[in-house]
Amino acid sequence: MIGNLPFVVCMILVALGLWTLMTRRNLIKLAIGIVLIENGVNLFLVSLGYVRGGVAPIYTYAPQGVPVNVPMAMPTPQALTLTSIVIGVATTALLLAFAVLIHRQRGTLDAGRIRELRG
Amino acid sequence: MSVVVRTVTRLLLPAVVMFGAYVVMHGHLTPGGGFQGGAVIASAVALVVVAFGARRIRRHKETLSVLEDVGALAFVVLAFLGIGGTFFYNSLAGTGGLFGQEVAMGANPGALNTGGMLPLMNWAVGLKVLAGLGSIVLLMGLLGGDDDR
Amino acid sequence: MSLAMHVPILAIAVPLLGAFALPLMAKVHHRLRDLWALVVGAFTVAMIVTLAVQVFTVGVQVYTLGADTPDATLGPQGFPIRITLVADAMGAFMALISALLGGAALIYALGFLEESKGKTLSMSLFLLLWAGMLGLKLTGDMFNFFVFLELTSVAACGLIGYRAWESRPPEAAFKTLVMFILGGLMVLLAVAILYGEYGALNMAFLSAQIGGSLLDRVALGLLLGGLLMKAGAVPMHMWAPDAYGEADANTAIVLVANTQAGLYALFRVVFTLYGGAATPEVGYLVTTLGALTVLVAVLMAVVQTNLGRLVAYGAISQIGYMLLAAGVGLVTLGVGPEFGRVALQGGVFHMFNDAACIGLLFLCVGAVRRAAGSGDLRSLGGLAHTEKWTSGFFLLGALALAGIPPLNGFASKLMIYQSVFQLSPILTALAVLASILLLAVFVRAFQGAFLGPRQSMSGAPLSPAMLAGMAVLAVVVIAFGLVPDLVVRHLVAPAAEALWTGRDVYLAAVLGG
Repeated sequence: MIGNLPFVVCMILVALGLWTLMTRRNLIKLAIGIVLIENGVNLFLVSLGYVRGGVAPIYTYAPQGVPVNVPMAMPTPQALTLTSIVIGVATTALLLAFAVLIHRQRGTLDAGRIRELRG
Repeated sequence: MSVVVRTVTRLLLPAVVMFGAYVVMHGHLTPGGGFQGGAVIASAVALVVVAFGARRIRRHKETLSVLEDVGALAFVVLAFLGIGGTFFYNSLAGTGGLFGQEVAMGANPGALNTGGMLPLMNWAVGLKVLAGLGSIVLLMGLLGGDDDR
Repeated sequence: MSLAMHVPILAIAVPLLGAFALPLMAKVHHRLRDLWALVVGAFTVAMIVTLAVQVFTVGVQVYTLGADTPDATLGPQGFPIRITLVADAMGAFMALISALLGGAALIYALGFLEESKGKTLSMSLFLLLWAGMLGLKLTGDMFNFFVFLELTSVAACGLIGYRAWESRPPEAAFKTLVMFILGGLMVLLAVAILYGEYGALNMAFLSAQIGGSLLDRVALGLLLGGLLMKAGAVPMHMWAPDAYGEADANTAIVLVANTQAGLYALFRVVFTLYGGAATPEVGYLVTTLGALTVLVAVLMAVVQTNLGRLVAYGAISQIGYMLLAAGVGLVTLGVGPEFGRVALQGGVFHMFNDAACIGLLFLCVGAVRRAAGSGDLRSLGGLAHTEKWTSGFFLLGALALAGIPPLNGFASKLMIYQSVFQLSPILTALAVLASILLLAVFVRAFQGAFLGPRQSMSGAPLSPAMLAGMAVLAVVVIAFGLVPDLVVRHLVAPAAEALWTGRDVYLAAVLGG
């Protein structure tokens, strides 16, 4: 059970993000909600790769000789998390840029008051 | 910003850029790499924007966007160089030439001259990221300022 | 060693290269940039066509990135390592669709976009989006699936909102981006769950492992939700009319291709990835959502006063038809009655037809906006006097979309009606009704915008490049309507077969024997 605790934390983060998305109308807060979900998912990915007692997955540090049974942490989830963080940076920047543009044009960040597009 | 911030920024700037360059260059040996190092260097841009204002360096916007294109282009071209085998094939690794040194086994600090295409790709990514994140920070700074539209 | 071996990656890498080099070209001269875009576009289309020929004549193409040879997919223990690209008939078929729409959009954009209004940016983002779509259609592992999905999201939203000097595009882009990111994160979570469960990302390997456990079903739910968001199916369609309505015409048709890429991703997931653990419930769900999408979108189209948004709802309703057909195929998958196969063929064929006629309609909307300065149906009128080509193309597209014989929309819709009837006559009645309603909507729009007394024009005339872009799609609309049986036999049937029974072939091609 205790081993699943990281996953629970991730899901709490995701739930908080969804809560933010559903209850807030400020565009910046919407972006924060998105980032919360993103971080929850990223943490989930990283915690998947954890191996109890494992060593860092570096090729040259691989234990040599007879006792080859020392496990390595899985490198793939780490690479995936990194990629997804990079993508997250791009999407967040784009999201915030649009928020800034909207604010400059309408003078407000309230999603309820900037709806020109309806129906 | 106050003179304290400006002075500290002046002092820190070379160190930040140096550290970022180190992370990029040792990307194939130590944790980190193109993206992380590039992000560190871009934080230097953020420092400048905070301390001196985005307008001071707005003329570099074009330079940054060109650098970003060059970085991205270099990455794709490097990937194309492997097309003798497959796309992304590491044709430099283990050849003995540039970045072609054999990798020593066991716990060792690693040699810079290994990794084949990987260091080159790290540089390309580092360039792309520092320019990309740098322009994002710069543009946000320019957009946020109420004067000088 | 020939270039032909590398066709799958070239189709993705060349537009990527083009996208990054384009701004540098523009620094030299804008004519060089246009030439470069044309060269890159022509090369990409050529690569896609070559790939399609290879796939349709030889079989599934597998390409491994970073390996010694392109076919070295498997690691030492028969475990797939590295990033793979897999092109089966369905993937190649979808790539052909994006080749058609991308090519038409590129030609049209050269005449449509204005130099002072971010032409370089728009064309660069377009090439990026094109590369992302092609990647999504050809990738063979789940993680790059996510990466390409996000690449299309970012590029598409950039394209929607880049006109920062207007007030509505950023709003539409923000809305769309929130939906796309949410969808992308759902997909990522599903990928993470699948990785945690099976320790692999290769689609074929995963497909061989997935047995329908609880976690599998959670992942399937997340994937379905995320991809339906991307495809713009009701009830996740809120972004679509804004995005289509506010984007430039050339962007709108690439967005259509992008939506279809989302739909293709959905098909890939339910038919290939979960093909071994298929349950009819998912099929019923997809069918219901499809019917709902058709109905809601057509009803919304009735009340629109803006030509762009009207066509946008038409586009959403067509997504519903495809979902309807795919759902019927999914319900019967593994059981194997003939109408399931026909339904899939109809759905797949309709994707191509929808791309051609909706694309044509969007390009006409762009031409109307340019000629009259607005897309508001309440002020438009009498455009047929001056814009003869545009009005002709609009009528052609509208009739084809509504499924009037002998145009292409009729052929595919008939297949969908026939097969859906076998599952539920009510759904067919509903689909036919929606189709008739859609025809009425478009006739009204045509009458409102093009007929009536001549009005004074404020905008610019049609440029030759725009006409050429529209003509490409119009030719496809007419040609596919004249010889539907040929198209179905040689293109559509293999593609539908790849979903219907092709999972084993797909798995064998990647995992070996």
